[in-house]
Amino acid sequence: MPGPIQAIERAAAVLQLLARGRLGLGDIAASLNLPKGTAHGILRTLRTVGFVEQDRTSGTYRLGAALLHLGTSYLDANELRSRAINWADALAARSGEAVRIGMHLEGNVLVVHHVFRPDDTPQTLDVGALLPLHATALGKVLLAYDATVAGPLAQRRLVSFTRRTIIAPAELSRALGEVRSRGWASEAEEYLPGEAAIAAPIRGHGGLVLGAIGVSGAVDRVLDGSQRPRVGLVAQVRDAARAVSRDLDDTG
Amino acid sequence: MTQRYVVAIDQGTTSTRCILFDQDGRLASVAQREHRQYYPRPGWVEQDAVEIWRNVDRIVPRALRDAGVSAEQIVALGVANQRETAVVWDRHTGIPVGRAIVWEDIRTEDLVRELEKAPGADKVRERCGLPLATYFTAPRLRWLLDTTPGLRDRAERGDVLFGTMDSWLIWNLTGGVDGGSHVTDVTNASRTMLMNLATLSWDDELLAFFGVPRAMLPEIRPSTEIGGVSRRVVPGIRIAAALGDQHAALFGQTCFARGETKCTYGTGSFLLMNTGHELVRSTHGLLTTIGYQIGGDPVNYALEGSIAVTGSLVQWFRDNLGLIGTAPEIETLARTVEDNGGCYIVPAFSGLFAPHWRSEARGIIVGLTSYITKGHLARAVLEATGWQTREVVDAMNADSGMGTTALKVDGGMTADHLLMQFISDVLDVPVMRPMVAETVSLGAAYAAGLAVGYWPDLEGLRRNWHVAARWLPHMDTGHRESEYANWKRAVELSFTWGRPKISK
Repeated sequence: MPGPIQAIERAAAVLQLLARGRLGLGDIAASLNLPKGTAHGILRTLRTVGFVEQDRTSGTYRLGAALLHLGTSYLDANELRSRAINWADALAARSGEAVRIGMHLEGNVLVVHHVFRPDDTPQTLDVGALLPLHATALGKVLLAYDATVAGPLAQRRLVSFTRRTIIAPAELSRALGEVRSRGWASEAEEYLPGEAAIAAPIRGHGGLVLGAIGVSGAVDRVLDGSQRPRVGLVAQVRDAARAVSRDLDDTG
Repeated sequence: MTQRYVVAIDQGTTSTRCILFDQDGRLASVAQREHRQYYPRPGWVEQDAVEIWRNVDRIVPRALRDAGVSAEQIVALGVANQRETAVVWDRHTGIPVGRAIVWEDIRTEDLVRELEKAPGADKVRERCGLPLATYFTAPRLRWLLDTTPGLRDRAERGDVLFGTMDSWLIWNLTGGVDGGSHVTDVTNASRTMLMNLATLSWDDELLAFFGVPRAMLPEIRPSTEIGGVSRRVVPGIRIAAALGDQHAALFGQTCFARGETKCTYGTGSFLLMNTGHELVRSTHGLLTTIGYQIGGDPVNYALEGSIAVTGSLVQWFRDNLGLIGTAPEIETLARTVEDNGGCYIVPAFSGLFAPHWRSEARGIIVGLTSYITKGHLARAVLEATGWQTREVVDAMNADSGMGTTALKVDGGMTADHLLMQFISDVLDVPVMRPMVAETVSLGAAYAAGLAVGYWPDLEGLRRNWHVAARWLPHMDTGHRESEYANWKRAVELSFTWGRPKISK
């Protein structure tokens, strides 16, 4: 069995040190007996994940907001929308379908962003709406990658919305396994008759799934002749999800 | 067939972006870098033009790399830029004379008051379409010439050059000291106070009034006839268009017909209405400006309602008060309460722009009681943008004689649903966001693509416009009117608070 990873031990020591108060790079390096370059590398990495913040004027370091919010929510819903807006637009323009971004909220999918289907027909914004986890593509993504979401759901009776809604726990579990192995989820008339959807995970630092982005539309546009999600559409959704994830990772 | 793209550089107030667009006007990649803001004294705002140029040098190759696109696949480049910001640099070394003075800077307040009394002041507005205010470029150029030793002589000899950010970037892109092209487009020139709106050329009387030597000024070109090929950053790309950012947004929103209007929500917010080939003079505190000029066609004029502080109020709330970690979190915080709790914020940081044009106004927060929480303050921050929009829409309706029936919006703040709903509520009209929120970049790309025939005509561009989101009004009329009355009272207080010093 491999021994402890030195970089993680050092990072933990830096955090413990900063928990006592603000410090400059020199003090941190000296306290932990590290070369300045090494300490700086650790601080830079901790800054990108938001565990450490640097004061703009004095240059000193302190514990970051992400660390304080550890265990509550990972990402503000409005922040996610703001970061994703360009990519959601591009996905709607490319696919010709409506786009939604969802995050988990108390056993539901919270719609945090919605882009209209680009055909200029009357449509209504449903940002803020709650959707069922087990009957939507967005929800299946959230369930597949987060055991803390999927666990409690297994205790509840699954509601049926159409005759295609998956309500048997074993079947849902199989479907979620498939989502994990493919890297995307789909749904065909499981929530609304005549509608199908495709979704993929939005990931933050270290691959943590923070939300899902997907398209939904009429069955014959989303599915091909053999009732499977169109390959091109799946690729567009996955590209958009990757673009948002990259954006979150770049500037986080 | 190889896919071809147009590249847009959006040199904005807080950051510079490079975006690649495909033929359907869809975004292919984005690269962005923020630049530093310097506040050396209260009311002074400066930027380092060299830092901005270096950012361009980094983000353009990155945007190409992210999209997996080579320089040969780029058919044209368009520039959109923050307007009215003044850069002066040495023609022989390429080094700027001091930092760029930003459009939000109000150091010229006293100078503007002096100029108001100078002979010829009454003719300024008629010639350039703009009121004497700290917002525009000529007073700050005059300030630089007056306060920098030897600068006026160097300017008269043509040793130093002046430009807005478009000129600075294009000069550098086309070779800099090595034969860089010193040009500007007609929309940017229309913001300097030095161009005659009717002749579209530098006006001798305005140059004399402001004391600006002609030798330092760039050549004015139509928006889509910038000319020149990049020799630096990514060499060999045709620089086909340049527009001030708000004019680019008007173009990107495809407001090509008379009466079409858009509002862009960024650092400040800017409502522009295309008035066609007719030069409309405002009687309600709006500006007359150039919408755009395509090739040798007659220009399209526009009426503009400029609001100085909207997104920058959210940034101030984040950076100076530290009540939120990121700008979008303002919506989360604002949603923790039901209403503003009786609190109003008038963000007159640089005086108030349209429709008031009161340089002396100063920011105020009113209606504080022990009940007010940071949630109420967050509401008041967002509502300030809504009410300021209402004021310029009222002025636009009065000037144009047309009633606004819907508002096309774009810019970063359109991601804020609480704000967009509020704007719809206070205007009592639907608010629509198009599929591409990056309308400034899109407009620069459209103009560049049009210049090289990548897009055939305006109608083709119009077909790319689709609604991405629509907010419908549902505020009760009585509530709206009483809130508007409160806002107006708060605005009055901001005038009185900032009363100019009484000179003895």
